[in-house]
Amino acid sequence: MQHKVIDVKDVVIRFAGDSGDGMQLTGTLFANTSAVYGNSLSTFPDYPAEIRAPKGTVAGVSGFQVHVGSQKVNTPGDYCDMLVAMNPAALKANAKWLKRTAMVLVNEDAFDDAGLQKAGFSGNPFEELRIEDRNIIVAPITKLTEDSLKDSGLDLPSIHRCKNMFTLGMACYIYNRPLDYIYDYLESRFRKRHPEMIEPNRKVLNDGFNYAANIQAIANTYTIEPDLRERGIFRNITGNQAIAWGFIAASEKSGLPLFCGSYPITPATAILEELSLHKNLNVKTMQTEDEIAGICCAIGASFAGNLAVTTTSGPGLSLKSEALGLAVMTELPLVVVDVQRAGPCTGMPTKTEQTDLNEALYGRNGESPLVVLSAHSPAHCFDAAFTAAKIALEHMTPVVLLSEGFLGNGSEPWKIPSMSDYPAIKPRLVTSDGSKFHPFERDPETLARNWAPVGTPGMEHRVGGLEKTHAGVLSTQPENHEMMVRERAEKVARVVADIPDLQIDGPETGEILLVGWGGTFGHILAAADTLRAEGKTVSRIHFDYICPLPKNTEKVFSGFRKILVCELNSGHFAGYLRTRFPQFNYLQCNKIQGQAFLVRDIVDAVNNIL
Amino acid sequence: MATKYTVKDFKSDQEVRWCPGCGDYSVLTALQRTLPKVCEEQGIDKEKVVVVSGIGCSSRLPYYMNTYGFHSIHGRAMAVATGIKVANPELSVWQVSGDGDALAIGGNHFIHAIRRNIDINLLLFNNRIYGMTKGQYSPTSKFGAVTVTSPYGTVENPFNPGTLVLGSKGTFFARSVDTELAVSEEIMLAASRHRGMAVMEFLTNCVIFNHGTHWEISGREVKADRTLVLRDGEKMIFGKDRNKGIALDGWKLKVVTIGENGVTEDDILTHDSHADNLGLQMMLADMKYPDFPVALGVIRDVSEATYEDGVRTQVEEVKAKARVHTVDELLHSGSTWELK
Repeated sequence: MQHKVIDVKDVVIRFAGDSGDGMQLTGTLFANTSAVYGNSLSTFPDYPAEIRAPKGTVAGVSGFQVHVGSQKVNTPGDYCDMLVAMNPAALKANAKWLKRTAMVLVNEDAFDDAGLQKAGFSGNPFEELRIEDRNIIVAPITKLTEDSLKDSGLDLPSIHRCKNMFTLGMACYIYNRPLDYIYDYLESRFRKRHPEMIEPNRKVLNDGFNYAANIQAIANTYTIEPDLRERGIFRNITGNQAIAWGFIAASEKSGLPLFCGSYPITPATAILEELSLHKNLNVKTMQTEDEIAGICCAIGASFAGNLAVTTTSGPGLSLKSEALGLAVMTELPLVVVDVQRAGPCTGMPTKTEQTDLNEALYGRNGESPLVVLSAHSPAHCFDAAFTAAKIALEHMTPVVLLSEGFLGNGSEPWKIPSMSDYPAIKPRLVTSDGSKFHPFERDPETLARNWAPVGTPGMEHRVGGLEKTHAGVLSTQPENHEMMVRERAEKVARVVADIPDLQIDGPETGEILLVGWGGTFGHILAAADTLRAEGKTVSRIHFDYICPLPKNTEKVFSGFRKILVCELNSGHFAGYLRTRFPQFNYLQCNKIQGQAFLVRDIVDAVNNIL
Repeated sequence: MATKYTVKDFKSDQEVRWCPGCGDYSVLTALQRTLPKVCEEQGIDKEKVVVVSGIGCSSRLPYYMNTYGFHSIHGRAMAVATGIKVANPELSVWQVSGDGDALAIGGNHFIHAIRRNIDINLLLFNNRIYGMTKGQYSPTSKFGAVTVTSPYGTVENPFNPGTLVLGSKGTFFARSVDTELAVSEEIMLAASRHRGMAVMEFLTNCVIFNHGTHWEISGREVKADRTLVLRDGEKMIFGKDRNKGIALDGWKLKVVTIGENGVTEDDILTHDSHADNLGLQMMLADMKYPDFPVALGVIRDVSEATYEDGVRTQVEEVKAKARVHTVDELLHSGSTWELK
């Protein structure tokens, strides 16, 4: 049979195995290799809530999907072109994601009777899953790794830990990936602590590559040409890391120290972890005793003049509600990040969702308006965090920034920006002019109050959760309360002046407008492209700013007969839009499965409407 | 160089609105009298003083002080105060909480602040009742207390704030009574000198819902026999006739009378709040009427590293070693690649 190299536009590869099989690393290395090669890509890890679920069971399967393209890739991909299954459970958990033409690489050594039984197979797994028509490559990866390292002097457990490199080598052969990046990675990963591990890993990687080149089962290999339109210096970034860095950037721009008070919670913890690494950049982090202490410490730090943030996920946001009201009432700058996960309550902690929007908008007692923003891609999390901090500091308001598990754990290559391209941040700090400081007197334009942190001479004043007058004096006077309630709401509404207009992707008028917010960005974009390729005319907008909404929102909506709001909940944003602009006809495309949209979900929804 | 302040400098223009006869007035007075001394002695400018509170009658106190003040939410004053202190360690942070605020809804923050030994001075007003919500039992109400939510008496034991602090290895605990203004000022000054978390318990009277709860020990006629003011280097002697004292009885304490059963002044213990003698200090904090006099004054005052110093030192150490100094450098750190 003639070996063919086939040039493809994009491929989706899913690496899956036991939690301990190193599939997250394998996937990450494959992704980074492709990024350095010049491809566009999007990744998403899909891991169980258990750190090490029982070995070999479906519950313990950890997966990492990477979508590599020669042009801009917007999602981690719906279905995969190649599945790597390190054991029967991984095959079982992921078979449903295979394309009809998919290649399946399995580790034969794990497909023994015990392995099959643990995964719940009684006969031939490929027949049971009805995937026997796929291109199945069965390789004794454990055995081949043992052979590769039999003279290495390593013990058997250490040898077995290298088998993911064998798999990676095979994948690199199949997709014609250069190995240089992986060599460099092994070098820097092991140089200091375990230099003895560099050579064995290299050897296994190469042996895997060569093995794939020699077996008959792999008839064709593939190339994905680099995307040469984007030039510059790049790095990979996850959403959680980008949020942490966005705050550090805002701290530098504003000249204020950064304070983060947080309590660990999946999938937001990595933000606190990342911030705690960068104390050299004027960052103070506190891992507090609970979620409430996290936000309350941050509010205290804000009163003392720091740029204060707290990071959490849904259940934590619930716990922070009362304190968030305190920040609304005291009109102190504060950013609360909610990396959303499937709820309610503990829900499905490692699964993504957009179900906290209503809580962010309305989840407090009393009239309690605040700014709500969202991030739309892992790299965009940087800008979103920067903007959230800028708005909080310049408008003296708490801001809730909504991210999602899908963004927080997902990563993408990011063209590194220059801080000189970012706007200045001007906190409303004031010093004494000799007169008595009235904390709730407002800027006539923005209605933002001034900020006199503790320690500012001559500006002693009291704030708190009780209603007050402009002068900061307690008041239960009816008219004063209504005035203050309306002013706090109007202050948030006037943030609109700093918000860019919506940009329509597609014609400004037409039959249907696709609407999204947050992490569904890439899927809706890809769906719009797919629909256009099918000959349909669709337009699309995406909201990063939820409250207040951009000022041209109503005008944009008025150009379309149908508005399809796509979101990973039962319709929070659609409901919100109905209260704002009831004159329009909103249709919904919803998914509440703890999973991102498939591009197909949105395409089908549109086709059902048109 | 700090300005000289007077009591007047610390009084705000707000009318104090506690019930007539409330024990909180005297603690407020003690604080307003102590702060000028603290500022002068420690070179603190008034704008560096901040008073943080939670919710409850006593938590209104910041409004009556002409300093920076934060009247936060129920139970969370400790966390707000912690954030303030970590953000700016130069500040003199005073917290005001009631027994419900600090020990019920805020119990978690209370023990963790003690564990961290952050330099905050906590004025814990203990009137053994929820006053602001009109008379429900609190975590310090006596067993069997009859209140509106315990009409047949409570069936739960109270906390003793002192043993709770010392059980968490707190570095400072002191106690006073609302009627003992001089002792209150004395322990506030000591707390301000202490580096680390300082808990001061004030036994206060609630004239409306728990009138006279502490009078069995603090009443004018009985206080000499039923309280013991501890001072460093002084013998633990008390009583109208100054003839009673605290002595060791094996591993326990006992009350002895000088001149009886061959007891002399030499048998009486001498107080040392600075000794790291948690066992003895715990027994002193735990002394209860009628078996013992209730200990007032500074019971424990030991020196340990503070949280905010740890934070500051770590930041300095990391900064000294760091190769990344700007965000631009951060963005280019680690693994990057160039597409030409």
